Amino acid sequence: MVVEQLRDEETDRIFQALSDSTRRDIIRQSMLREQSVSDLAKHYAMSFAAVQKHVAVLERASLVRKERRGREQIVHSNPEALRRAARLLDAYEDLWRGRAARIDELLSD
Amino acid sequence: MPFVSSTKDLDNLTLTLITEHGASPDRLWQVWEDARQLERWWGPPTWPATFTRHEFEPGGESRYFMTGPDGERAYGWWRITEVEAPRRLEFDDGFAGDDGEPLDRDDTTHTAVRLEETDGITRMTSVATFKSLEQLEKLLAMGMEEGMREAVGQIDGILAGQEVR
Repeated sequence: MVVEQLRDEETDRIFQALSDSTRRDIIRQSMLREQSVSDLAKHYAMSFAAVQKHVAVLERASLVRKERRGREQIVHSNPEALRRAARLLDAYEDLWRGRAARIDELLSD
Repeated sequence: MPFVSSTKDLDNLTLTLITEHGASPDRLWQVWEDARQLERWWGPPTWPATFTRHEFEPGGESRYFMTGPDGERAYGWWRITEVEAPRRLEFDDGFAGDDGEPLDRDDTTHTAVRLEETDGITRMTSVATFKSLEQLEKLLAMGMEEGMREAVGQIDGILAGQEVR
């Protein structure tokens, strides 16, 4: 099976994490370059604590990884988890391509 | 090729697919309305669908199962929410247990279908909205990947002008 079996809780966490626009932006920012939570916080009109909470949600969903470097916490994106989500949608698209082709076959009967 | 475009929206977890078919909306409507025609295309070739109930009216419900290569069955059900022949169809699609009845009536994927005709070509727009990635994954686990490869083979057969199946 090409679609990887993700554990239920894991997929729920990924979906919840992606459902917030600030969190999606944090992912984009951390994909551009690794940066500290305080650097990330400068992009948003919200408190450091609020940004830290968003990062924690993303971390639980394995979408980002946090690493302590001296006094700073560096945030890295996890492209693999993002690719999984995209792959699932791709697979659904392929399912519909197949359906459309079968409809055409039926129509030409 | 009937496939025109797809738009993925990760924000809202929707997938919009547009396909075009050389038939009238009335003819295309039948492939949804008539359970015998529906089961010829809903499931992939290796996981064909069998509809045991198909109440094609608002508030109506359907029951179906898909049979895998080893005879295993995956059960599903629909709740039809909008029917406006031959233009609009909306329904919720959910998972069912071995008795064929819904497992969780709230755990459904919503699909909205629109048919529009231009110069003898009918454009079908399907918008699928998922509640979670988990849902999407469960749907895909119903033999979809395996079916996909065969469907691609069928498309090639059609392009080559061969009679497939």
